[in-house]
Parts: sequence; C-alpha cells; structure tokens
Amino acid sequence: MHPYELTICQALEKLGSGELSSRELTLSCLDRITAVDDRIKAFIRVDPDHALAMADRADARKGSGALCGIPVSIKDLLCTKGIATTCGSKILENFIPPYNAAVIDKLENEGAVILGKTSMDEFAMGSTSETCAFKVPENPWKKGYVAGGSSGGSAASVAACECLASLGSDTGGSIRQPASLCGIVGMKPTYGRVSRYGLIAYASSLDQVGPFARDVRDCALMMNVLAGYDSKDSTSVRIEKPDYTKSLIKGMKGMRVGVPREYFGEGLDPEVEGAVKNGITLLREAGAEIVDVSLPHTDYCVAVYYLIAPAEASSNLARYDGVHYGHRDMSADSLIDMYKESRSAGFGAEVKRRILLGTYALSSGYYDAYYKKASQVRTIIMNDFKKAFEICDVLISPVAPTPAWKFGATGDDPLAMYLSDIFSISANLAGIPGISVPGGFSREGLPIGIQLQGPHFKEEVLFKVAYNIEQCLDIYNKRPVL
Amino acid sequence: MKITKKEVEHVAHLARLNLSEQELEKMTEQLDNLLSYVAKLDELDTENIRPTTHAFSISNAFREDRVQNSLSRKEALANSPKQNDEYFIVPRIL
Repeated sequence: MHPYELTICQALEKLGSGELSSRELTLSCLDRITAVDDRIKAFIRVDPDHALAMADRADARKGSGALCGIPVSIKDLLCTKGIATTCGSKILENFIPPYNAAVIDKLENEGAVILGKTSMDEFAMGSTSETCAFKVPENPWKKGYVAGGSSGGSAASVAACECLASLGSDTGGSIRQPASLCGIVGMKPTYGRVSRYGLIAYASSLDQVGPFARDVRDCALMMNVLAGYDSKDSTSVRIEKPDYTKSLIKGMKGMRVGVPREYFGEGLDPEVEGAVKNGITLLREAGAEIVDVSLPHTDYCVAVYYLIAPAEASSNLARYDGVHYGHRDMSADSLIDMYKESRSAGFGAEVKRRILLGTYALSSGYYDAYYKKASQVRTIIMNDFKKAFEICDVLISPVAPTPAWKFGATGDDPLAMYLSDIFSISANLAGIPGISVPGGFSREGLPIGIQLQGPHFKEEVLFKVAYNIEQCLDIYNKRPVL
Repeated sequence: MKITKKEVEHVAHLARLNLSEQELEKMTEQLDNLLSYVAKLDELDTENIRPTTHAFSISNAFREDRVQNSLSRKEALANSPKQNDEYFIVPRIL
C-alpha cells in the first residue's frame, strides 16, 4: 500500500510510531499528483516547496497536533496567506491573500500540510466545476464524467488519493454533491458551526465551509479541528462542540430515521433510489425506527435558492471593481467604464448571469415580488424541517438525482443544471447540517452517495448514522483505478 | 415575457457589466426562462410570514472596542492593480 492511499487515522498511527515521516507521506502525495493530475485536473496550483517545508515542521513537532503531518488540499476560495487564491475566476487570477482564512489557521495550528489549491466552479457557481476559468476536474471513477461541483477539485483530489482530505464550501450542495459523485464523505456543517472568515463570499447567508475525507472517521477528525466559535465571523455561533469521533458507534437502536417522501418522486434515477433504499434497509436492520415524513415545500426550494443566492452574490461580487484587487482594464478613461470593462472581462458567463438575476431581484419595484417573497418561502421551508425533526432524529435521502454525468451534458440550459440541486439546497436554506456518505455504485461503476440531514448543531448524529451505513456496506476501501 | 432586452440592459448597467449584443440576446432569454420558473412561488400565500435572512439568527455580535493588529498599508495595497505606495489610483472622477 502506498502512503498516499492511507486514511488520516492510519497515517497518524504510522507517523506516531515513526514508521512514516510527514516528508515521506507528503512526497508520496506529490508523486501521486504528478502521476494522475494531468487527467484528474483537481489542482489549480500545487506548491511542493511550501508543502515540504510544512511537512518538515510537522516532523519536528513530533506528533503534537490533531492533524500533524497530514497532507490536505484546499478549495481555491479559502484565503491562504502568500499563496494565490483565484476562486476559479480570471478576475482573481493574480490575487495573493495577505491573511489566512480562519480554517487555514486551524489546520496549520494542528500541523496539517497544505499541498495546493483545487479547481472549482467560478465563485462556486455551478454543479459540475465546468465554469472554472482554469481547469475542469474529471471524475476519478470514469473518464469524460464530471466530478461535480462546485468543490469538484477538492472531491476529486481526495477520491484520486492525491491528498488525504480537503476543505470545500457548500452554498447549495457544493460539498455533498461532488462527494456523492466521487464516492467519498463530505459534510456541510450547520450554518455558524465553522468560521467563514477568509472564505471568499458567494451567498453569505448560505455559505458554509466543510471537510472531504475518504471515510467517516476521517471526516469527523477534520470537523473536530474545523468547528468552533470565531470572533472574526459575526455569524459564528458560540456553542460547545463535541468530540465527533465519540459518536462513531455501531447500532441504531432508539434512533428514528425519517424518509422524506417528496425526495423519492419523478426524476430520481432508479439506481440512486435503489442505493438509498438499501441504506434505509441497513439502518432498519441495525435497529433504527424508519419514519415516513413530509417536507411539503420541497418543490419550491430551487426557486427560492435561485433568487436568494444570486441576490446575495450580486451584492457580494460588487467588490470586484478593479481598484483594490483583481483584474483591471487599464484602457478605460472613466471610472464607470473602468468598472464595467474590468468586470465584464474578469467574470465568466455563469457569474454574470447570477449577478444580473440577483441585481434584478433586488432592484426597485421587484424587491417585494422576488427577494422578499423568496425569503418568506424560506421561512416556510425551515418550518417544514422543524416539524420533520419533531418526529425523527435524522433524514435520509439522495444527494443528487443521478450519478455523475458526462461533460457538457447540462449544455446551455442553466435551469436544467439548477434543478439537479433539488435535494441539496434545502439544507442551506434551513441552515441545517448534511453529510454525503458512499451508498454504492451504478452499473456503470459510478459512485452514488446517500445524504443525511439533521437538526441545527447535530453533526454528531449525522456522523453516527453515516458510520453505521459505511460499516454495513463495507465499500469504503474501494478506490478508483487510475 | 417576464423581462425585456431593455430591462436586462438596465440591470447590466446597475451591475456595472457590459454585454455584447449576442450576450444580451442570450441573457434575456435565459433570465426570462428563470423568472418564469421562479414565478411558481406565487402559488404560495406568504401573507404575514416573516422573511428569513439568516438561517440561524443571533443578535448583535459585539466585541470589546480594543485596537488589534491589522494589515499594514503596504499589505493592503499589495494586490491593487494600480497604486502609488500611498493610495489606490483610479481614473479621474472630477
């Protein structure tokens, strides 16, 4: 077994016993990147010197730190001091952050080794990572298939064993969906659980940072490091965090698993449905009580999301003005023209579309009809979840309606792509945590994820249920052949 | 039609974006399509429903009013496409 194939837990053991050094493990990952990333295209930037320097520091620390010596990748929208952070956009092609995101500081404090920055949809706007201005990641399980999005590079890098774990962000499914499509574990924590300081904003009331890992225990270890209050994020919630690895216990006795009936309708791929139903059976056999629940306004989630997210984006992305950082058109001689030329050249089509949609939804005369209406329906959707969690502890469902699809399949129809987010965006609207755990494979050999959603700040419940599915299925050691 | 070409042009100006004639055509069609879709929200009665702006609302997040380390001027200006070590430079306004 190559070092790059190890889980975090396995690697920590070997690092602790002295059988392996972080330098050796980091070199193994860097070699793996050299060998496979021409095809996977998970990395926009790899910084071997920086990574090896971090590895040597980790080796000198002799194991102090929860992730000491563990090589990870970072979605290219988390600010890394001194390392270019592009957000997948030409407008930030040369942006070098003067500070670290809070989660990067946390990783560094625990001794993690940062290998590089991963490819993603431009400004995290997309479901396939195809809107990335630099590189489009490919699904490690099948050539010509998308890795999902928007954190496609992060998911692909973990699935392809180029690193042991990764950080992504999830605004409407951008961690859970690529985790599902790439056959790994990905968690979107509760809104407010993980600091957003230094996360380049897309839709601030929906964005949340979270981890990718190859199994549930590794994902829990990552969350132990990431979770916690941060005074620099005014939406960060001051609430105790448990040791998530303590909830990894087999047996589902006394737990009520809700099956939202609206998630099993038209448009759901039969193989995906089969995998989720199999997961339900496994949990029942492990002692869980299965409860039929209803989330009656599921059908309105996409409409709500595609008003609120673009509205917030149009405001957040106003800062790209060619003055403080980012691309600037040097030929324009008036300020307004300079703004327009800089922004028009720097942003891609999907970003422009969402800025226009959001600006329209917020503009005078339309605000009540669109933004306010959507925010009211958001309340209705949150109440659906509140009611559901009165009769169950966790919800089980698909993550995405289908396994990974071919590049270009969503074509030029934005609405078709947006509709594929139907099962993942409600968690962001409600602010609740969600996790994607591998649930099987399609006949074509593509991974299928199972989604678990829980009440606010109940990540430990999701880890417990995900762990039970993982242990029963016993597919978590399966890796793509590259 | 939910939105006209002229309205898209106006919104583009508000958002400080230039659109080519071809982009304008396509954006108008796509935005019209999206706005027709989101109109399904009108099926729901939202009278007296409080809008949600944050999923987990916390009241004022205050901290002590104490001077803390911040970026130096050099660091703050470092990413600017045009600056003179003291200020950001923009095209003439007046």
